[in-house]
Amino acid sequence: MKKFTQEKGIVIPLDRANVDTDYIIPKQFLKSIKRTGFGKNLFDEARYLDKGLPDEDCSDRPLNPDFVLNQARYQGGRILLARENFGCGSSREHAPWALDDYGIRCIIAPSFADIFFNNCFKNGILPIVLEEDIVDILFEETAANEGYELEIDLANQQILKPDGEVLAFDIEPSRKKVLLNGLDDISLTLQHADDIKAFESRWQQQSPWLFN
Amino acid sequence: MAGKTLYDKLWDSHLVKDLDDGTSLLYIDLQYIHEVTSPQAFEGLRLAKRKAWRSGANLATPDHNVPTTLSERSRGVEGIIDPVSKIQVKSLDANCLEFEISEFTIDDPRHGIVHIIGPEQGRTLPGMTIVCGDSHTSTHGALGALAHGIGTSEVEHVLATQTLQQRKAKNMLVKVNGRLGTGITAKDMVLAIIGKIGTAGGTGYTIEFAGDAVQALSIEGRMTVCNMAIEAGARAGIVAVDDLTIEYLEGRPFAPKGEQWKQAVSAWRDLHSDADAEFDKVVELEGSEIEPQVSWGTSPEMVAPVNARVPDPQEVENASRRGNYQQALKYMGLEPNTPIQDIQLDRIFIGSCTNSRIEDLRAAAAVVKGRKVAKNIKQALVVPGSGLVKAQAEHEGLDKIFIEAGLEWREPGCSMCLAMNADQLGEGEHCASTSNRNFEGRQGFGGRTHLVSPAMAAAAAVSGHFVDVRTLDLN
Repeated sequence: MKKFTQEKGIVIPLDRANVDTDYIIPKQFLKSIKRTGFGKNLFDEARYLDKGLPDEDCSDRPLNPDFVLNQARYQGGRILLARENFGCGSSREHAPWALDDYGIRCIIAPSFADIFFNNCFKNGILPIVLEEDIVDILFEETAANEGYELEIDLANQQILKPDGEVLAFDIEPSRKKVLLNGLDDISLTLQHADDIKAFESRWQQQSPWLFN
Repeated sequence: MAGKTLYDKLWDSHLVKDLDDGTSLLYIDLQYIHEVTSPQAFEGLRLAKRKAWRSGANLATPDHNVPTTLSERSRGVEGIIDPVSKIQVKSLDANCLEFEISEFTIDDPRHGIVHIIGPEQGRTLPGMTIVCGDSHTSTHGALGALAHGIGTSEVEHVLATQTLQQRKAKNMLVKVNGRLGTGITAKDMVLAIIGKIGTAGGTGYTIEFAGDAVQALSIEGRMTVCNMAIEAGARAGIVAVDDLTIEYLEGRPFAPKGEQWKQAVSAWRDLHSDADAEFDKVVELEGSEIEPQVSWGTSPEMVAPVNARVPDPQEVENASRRGNYQQALKYMGLEPNTPIQDIQLDRIFIGSCTNSRIEDLRAAAAVVKGRKVAKNIKQALVVPGSGLVKAQAEHEGLDKIFIEAGLEWREPGCSMCLAMNADQLGEGEHCASTSNRNFEGRQGFGGRTHLVSPAMAAAAAVSGHFVDVRTLDLN
């Protein structure tokens, strides 16, 4: 899996609560059997003025000039600043795949939906939860300063602001370790294969009807 | 020491081990698989040269982007016109063959929406842990199983290890006291719950639904409620096992038989929260106060009783919420204070894993019987949840009732709930839908979804706008 250690980049502010996974990547793009190529359709319905189709060349599609991804000052942004309950709705991992494919490496929000939050870590994307009033300030500063960048340091769990202020953030140790080292979850779990087998054999004795 | 909640019991019984970082390895009894969120997981297994840990602990079926017209479906997978959808369905077939996983293929009579066929077959059993790459996996909690949606990486993880690395959620009890009024359904109940606690109200929790009004629901009704736990932010919703659960399962194809049945039932009898169990959060509603619900916005928490009006954002104090309301009304093309009953509709969708079981179809048919779909309705779709639901409905003559009233009777699948197939809303169209999500664009680019119960959708179909189904005479 992709590592996440440090990241410095332009902040893209998406000022909208309850951003759902249909908004992040509409369903017509879920027909792909690949993990890649979803970036051009990230936020498709908000980003373009027409209806997007799978496998379409998006370079000629009409852009919505009001949408944040289309504004010159946010081009190349790698950090998404968002509002509460980001990623609610379906379990589609195509949502983090689309964010990753676009180049987003870190999402900062006051809260995330559970399944989406979990899916981010599986794809080397770091979701950071900050207090709502701090997120408010980041939105204000991003709007006020063109080229506003944040520097994320996962090892030290710190966000460095352009004015030198340092914001701390929490992350569960196991998730931090997996991201910092780009570890493969399945290999890690298979280190416990003997425990799984022992459990399975006890469970089968206790609940044989589950093993018919 | 306080007793255990049902969630505690399900968690404890599947705990392989606690890991030293505060997470746990949880054993998974059953994984449901569909065509949209599995291809990349199978590809991952292939690349790493891994096999399925326990092939028999999986059941697959294509549902998300299968067509629902008879002309396409009568030729099985080859009949799918959309070439991209066809590749995805064929990939599922090939992957299931390669990894020796049972599949109800598109032309199997038992085929249907994954969350409909599991309980219908007795494949979902109380006390199980169940996952699927679909957030509405919470449906299966209605039978006393711990069931939740996962992403594709975790689909691969479960295939390879039969476990998930998990953090235990907190316990929430949603208790609906008393009785639901006449004409009020499980769908109205769950929409009212989401309206009360909000779309993120259950985030980080497993919700147990309880109380007299929940216990009085059929198993199918309980599935409707658990199905939408995720719309309240909770990955899993559960209901305790009772006599009804056991009656529902007895004799189903995959349910245990003979001695094993007795042994299983005896174990299942313990699948309820202890009387002295403590919950981290308790929410109570009065069943008698719940009215038929209609969503007016772009989040399932934006609901109102059918006799109410669309809210006025100016009257909302919280600035962020006010902004959400304004954004939603703009997308929905609705003016503040419009009576819900004045919302004119273009399409009707009766189906989805929330509401496409036989009881749902019976409730809708009872409303449309002897009536006609209103002239302003361009299309009214009825999409049964499975081949067996369809056959049962036809046996009861429901298909004829729908067709005579002017609704279309389709083949099973997810259909217009997420509109991955050809069943979609046009831009700006309003739809009364029995599905679970009213997000922007969910049912089609620019489409406007209103979530309702099957009876309310049927009443809207024959009226052309929302009406209180309780005011209609039923045949």
